[in-house]
Amino acid sequence: MTSGISKADVVHVARLARLNLAPDEVAAHQEQLSRILDLVGAMDDDRLAQMPAMAHTQDLVNVLREDVAVPGLPREMLLRSAPDVEGEFFRIPKILGEPE
Amino acid sequence: MTDGILTLDAGALSAAVRSGEVTAVEAVEAYLAQVAVQEPEVDAFLSLDADAAIAAAEAVDRARASGAALGPLAGVPVAFKDNLCTTAFPTTAASKILEGWVPPYNATVVDRVLAAGAIAIGKTNLDEFAMGSSTENSGYKITRNPHDLDRVPGGSSGGSAAVIASRMALLALGSDTGGSIRQPASLSGIVGLKPTYGRVSRYGLLAYASSLDQIGPMAATVKDAALMAEVIFGHDPMDATSLRAPIPALVNALMEGVTSFRVGLVSDLLEVASPAVASAVGRAAATLAQLGAKVETISIPELALGLPAYYVVAPAEASSNLARYDGVRYGFRGNGETAEEMMVASRSEGFGDEVKRRIMLGTYALSAGYYDAFYLRAQRVRSLVRTAFQEAYSRFDLLLSPTSPTTAFKIGERSEDPVEMYRSDVCTIPSNLSGDPAISVPFGDEDGLPIGVQLMGPALSEERLLRAAFALESARAEEGER
Amino acid sequence: MTQWEAVIGLEVHTELKTATKLFCGCPNAFGFEPNTSVCPVCLGLPGSLPVLNAKAVELAIRVGSALSSRVQASQFHRKNYFYPDMPKDYQISQYDVPVNAGGAVVLRSGKVVGIVRAHLEEDTGKLVHKGGDGRIGGADYSLIDYNRSGVPLLEIVSEPDISSAEEAKEYVSELRAILVATGASDGRMEEGSLRVDANVSVRPVGSTELRTRVEIKNVNSLRSLGRAIGYEVERQISEYESGGSILQQTRHFDEASGKTLPLRAKEEANDYRYFPEPDLPPIAPLQAEIDRIVGELPLLPAGRRVRLFGLMPGASSDQVEVAVTEEVWPYVVAGIEIGVAPELVLARAANELAALVGNAGFLTPERFAEVVALEERFSPSQVKLLLKEAVSFDGTVDELVAKVGLSSSGAEDVRAMVGEVVEANPEEWRRFVAGDAKVAGFLLGQVMRKFGKAISGAQAKAALEELARGAAGL
Ligand SMILES: [Mg+2]
Ligand SMILES: [Zn+2]
Repeated sequence: MTSGISKADVVHVARLARLNLAPDEVAAHQEQLSRILDLVGAMDDDRLAQMPAMAHTQDLVNVLREDVAVPGLPREMLLRSAPDVEGEFFRIPKILGEPE
Repeated sequence: MTDGILTLDAGALSAAVRSGEVTAVEAVEAYLAQVAVQEPEVDAFLSLDADAAIAAAEAVDRARASGAALGPLAGVPVAFKDNLCTTAFPTTAASKILEGWVPPYNATVVDRVLAAGAIAIGKTNLDEFAMGSSTENSGYKITRNPHDLDRVPGGSSGGSAAVIASRMALLALGSDTGGSIRQPASLSGIVGLKPTYGRVSRYGLLAYASSLDQIGPMAATVKDAALMAEVIFGHDPMDATSLRAPIPALVNALMEGVTSFRVGLVSDLLEVASPAVASAVGRAAATLAQLGAKVETISIPELALGLPAYYVVAPAEASSNLARYDGVRYGFRGNGETAEEMMVASRSEGFGDEVKRRIMLGTYALSAGYYDAFYLRAQRVRSLVRTAFQEAYSRFDLLLSPTSPTTAFKIGERSEDPVEMYRSDVCTIPSNLSGDPAISVPFGDEDGLPIGVQLMGPALSEERLLRAAFALESARAEEGER
Repeated sequence: MTQWEAVIGLEVHTELKTATKLFCGCPNAFGFEPNTSVCPVCLGLPGSLPVLNAKAVELAIRVGSALSSRVQASQFHRKNYFYPDMPKDYQISQYDVPVNAGGAVVLRSGKVVGIVRAHLEEDTGKLVHKGGDGRIGGADYSLIDYNRSGVPLLEIVSEPDISSAEEAKEYVSELRAILVATGASDGRMEEGSLRVDANVSVRPVGSTELRTRVEIKNVNSLRSLGRAIGYEVERQISEYESGGSILQQTRHFDEASGKTLPLRAKEEANDYRYFPEPDLPPIAPLQAEIDRIVGELPLLPAGRRVRLFGLMPGASSDQVEVAVTEEVWPYVVAGIEIGVAPELVLARAANELAALVGNAGFLTPERFAEVVALEERFSPSQVKLLLKEAVSFDGTVDELVAKVGLSSSGAEDVRAMVGEVVEANPEEWRRFVAGDAKVAGFLLGQVMRKFGKAISGAQAKAALEELARGAAGL
């Protein structure tokens, strides 16, 4: 499979990933991603259709935790490494729009 | 005795500290002196804390004086890859987006190593978020290969490899997602073990690709690696993918030899190696045969699909794992009028090029319309690779291959071409895809540049891998003496 | 003129009543100080990993069983999108294989609303918008409290089987009753432990087409749900009738104006890039485990109705609805089980008891049953009095009766004593019956002076009032 990626695709993907690319970066990413997609597009084998999609390497199942409370972290410790706080809260610039 | 401290392996040093022959402070000072000489050239550490190391050593000595039992790593200087959470050092994953971030908790492995009495010297450099094979992608600095300062130490655990190779610490931890412990071990002439997925808790490891990441020991000798493995293996309730398998007595098993082993020499991976590397692997095969193993060649063509599958699965998971670096709760925040703009600015300015490339690649592979062709297909390849391995392991106890197709390459040589760089991992990736353990052990060199050979085995076969690696290491040592 | 009908599907998110969050040991509690029930896991700190709460799985299966869902092996997925209240910028949720698939809710009317799925997922933190008009979009900046982040949610998705605002309210209240009965949720909409999104479209009656639907987000009371849907249905009908069309969009309900208003249009189509959560192995409940959970399910509201109407085919359905509620039902069961006439149990439970629940003190279901059983010996008003007294009295029923003063004389005796006094004071009695409450004191004083050792004041008062009601023809 040859998988050239368009400039529009690059811009779209960057947007989904919350990355801002300068125009020259778009071009560079387009070139490199196209080459990488050529590399990864080479997954061909007759048996693939019969192979289950494998998400985990171990056959673990039902790994559960008892519903017992354990102490968390002191608030000061968490807020200390925050870029911006107000009182007891994390603070961020204004939000436009609701989550998707 | 103190003069010889740097010649002791971890087991011997810790025994000397336990018996009082050497104090932990003496041990740490000897290593700090080594750091003072080597670090300016090698640049392996992202953070170092000599005072804290001395203070920790004093605590070990006090514990001994008070009659407390000391752990198996008492007084042993260790270094942690900087993608492992530590409360005593900043943890950055070599990314500007986490500059100065000090985690409020220790990774489980860090706690275990410290509880065993080891002394943390510092945190080691890596490719940003472990994405790379040369440690050139660090957001902070380039680490050099102690065997040739113009060359890379490999990556992504290049800092840890260089620290061990230049003896700035006796043991180190690395993480291995596609070969990031084994490939730098090979290029830097040390031992690196990637355990079975789930053997070592990932709690506190900054995730790159969660279904592939595994923490493992890096050490100068097989025995040291085995000792570290015993300390860090074992179930952790904080990691749902952590295994409950019992921990074998790895150090004690090392001498048991390879007589009964059936070893498969993987021809497909030999073909991608340079002549010098291929010939070293050939000699390793011959050595194992001499030691009583039954060695045969095997072809596993499915392994060729590992590289493309890895460069889909790993970036896909990474695109999700790295979403949280958004400037809201911790780490670097860029400027923006709105939350959205702030997040975009934080990520665009905070991440380096390779990280952005993999995030974009992974986002693309998971996005509507491409999911089946890339992500789903890669997951099927994982099954195919695992099935092929299972088939091979039904006939062989171990598989032998190169670790890296080449010896250490020059700084800058491959950094302009991501695809060329990606090919560095072709031999190591398959074991990550299947979740099986593998080890790299030094076996010869080419013009002074170390060559590592890789032993791979089925799940939970670390004891076998370490025995075979120990046999190869011992044979080399004898050869050297002759 | 075209007749229109609404096509409504509801997504109900309910917080599960666990002690801890879905993937970490932080307390799952309402009303904590901001950012004090948090840890590396629910804050999504680098390196942290989720571990699934067994109780959340059990509660999910309980609800699934109560909805007649197929309980099945499931896998968590990551739903990837960026939003500041979500610490990892992905939500761990269930996607193609939810823990519960299919099912139904049977409404009071008998109408069956199909269930698509009921799956587990984690809640987000809470945003507080500051400055400006204090509303999202108009604020100067926002603050985040992550206490709610990682609280277990069950998302219950209905088929678009609901055809009016009224029916939507009925569905949610029935579902709420089931959630409360199974112990999965406290069902408090006002605290956000139950949140409803409505997908609304309309079509000409008789057609089976599915027209463009509008999603109304996060309605937080039954009343608002009814108003929001009512408004939206009318809006869509008048849009179509005036030749317009409906945009696929998300709207929110504005309480003040009673209107649904569009949210800011999205710049991109949703692309959540779901993939299996690598940090969490699959769940595959054993059949024996599912059977145990099903076996432990309480009788659900629908079953309770069936039981009551079975005992009393002519029962008042208003009384039955009160009786089947979570708070009242145990009292009803206790009364019926010790053999009190069901009609009597239902009447006392639906009226006197219902007024007391939530504040019942020592009035346990067992005590309620014992007291209602006394209605063979005592008058209804005396029994009502005993119920009221039982709330604050910690003793046996006999002691309770003694305390109220009913023990020495039976109800008939007391009525006779009071009757004597009434006859002796006809003018005061006439005024009392006519509604002059002030003379009660005089009459009771007379009773007490004459018989005070034999009966209690409360007993006398009850008898006096009863006689007055009788005299007034009530
Ligand atoms: Mg949801
Ligand atoms: Zn938590």
